[in-house]
Amino acid sequence: MLAELGEEAKPLAGGQSLIPLMKLRFANPAHLIDLNFIPGSSYIKEEDGSLRFGALTRHAEIESSKTASSIPIIHDCAAGIADVQVRNRGTIGGSLAEADPSGDWATVLMTLSTEVRCLSPKGERTVALPEFIQDAYTTALGHDELLSEVIVRYPPKGSGGAYVAFKRSAPVYPTASAAVQLVLEGDTCKQAAIFLGCVGLTPIRVKEAESALRGQAVSPKSLVTAMEAAQAAADPQSDMRGSADYKRRLAGALVKRAIEIARRRARGEPVEVSHLYA
Amino acid sequence: MPETIERVAIQVRVNGKARKLEIEPRKLLVELLREDLDLTGTHVGCDTTYCGACTVLLNGSAVKSCTVLAVQADGAEITTVEGLEKDGQLHPIQKAFGDCYGLQCGYCTPGLMLATLHLLAHNPSPCEKEIRKAIAGNTCRCTGYQNILKAIQTAAQAMKGA
Repeated sequence: MLAELGEEAKPLAGGQSLIPLMKLRFANPAHLIDLNFIPGSSYIKEEDGSLRFGALTRHAEIESSKTASSIPIIHDCAAGIADVQVRNRGTIGGSLAEADPSGDWATVLMTLSTEVRCLSPKGERTVALPEFIQDAYTTALGHDELLSEVIVRYPPKGSGGAYVAFKRSAPVYPTASAAVQLVLEGDTCKQAAIFLGCVGLTPIRVKEAESALRGQAVSPKSLVTAMEAAQAAADPQSDMRGSADYKRRLAGALVKRAIEIARRRARGEPVEVSHLYA
Repeated sequence: MPETIERVAIQVRVNGKARKLEIEPRKLLVELLREDLDLTGTHVGCDTTYCGACTVLLNGSAVKSCTVLAVQADGAEITTVEGLEKDGQLHPIQKAFGDCYGLQCGYCTPGLMLATLHLLAHNPSPCEKEIRKAIAGNTCRCTGYQNILKAIQTAAQAMKGA
């Protein structure tokens, strides 16, 4: 159908971004194709060392899924997106395909090995998430292509992750967010993946923070280095959510907090995290 | 002149009653409820997916009806505030909101009561934190949330006893 209708057609998933955008006349598609009636497009399953999500799986379904919570950072994300009503409609596939710079899923899933499956009349392909998210509101999807599945590889043993987002109130997008995924061996940090959300056109990887942690135990000194690296890597815009300088400092503080939680979780300590509110 | 927009036939069950309608595909669910079905208890506060005044249950899930197209509700079961009262008796949630002064102007109240219904259906004994999370998508601009919280706790108790 997308191929037949051409570029003026838009697929509608949960509609929690697209419908508000249409009301504001920011989006004005000639055709809207509702994906919600496609059977079998919403599921969460474990397969071959990966978690697989159907594109139409709602945030609320992921929030309440024991299977999905086996990767704690995924639960952090799902449970904190907007509010109950939006989580009941909004979908993981829709969020990734929209690629809003303030969206939560892309930032979180960048810290894990994530692929998305794309379907078109020509066939099927799998794209690694960093290649899928190309720019703000721009993905690798062709106009006749649909995101059909999100595949997240289970992180190795000794892993811990956390997602901390700061919001002024529940229904709004975060002001800034940080996603951290660590692999510990004893106290030594073997691997680190650190991404910032909402402070750039796409999630920003903080490589300097990752290397500050790698190869040693997480210490007050490496935390400060990671925090400063995050502040330097952030590329925020001043807007109604805060000034660029404020967001940069906030991103640093969130990274520090997320590292601490990720480290505790990697050591087997259950830590509950939710989004922070102003 | 705008071209005539083709109407789409849908069927919904609203508060237990089957309804067949022909509507424009651009119509929002909240407009269907208010304009076509005269169920004006569901309010439009912000129309931007923020305030939650338009919250209804769609197949048992709380949704903001200003952010769902009416055609998407085809075949669905919808509960609005008008569906809470049974045989002239207020629903325990309605009674609790009144008894606890969980409202002043009442504009946000239908949405809050439907969000409460969703919460208590999934979690009959919520703690304070869970209640706060469940109503985080509903904005009240006059009462303050303390009495709303009390109302939800009272409703939970009453519904457990029922």
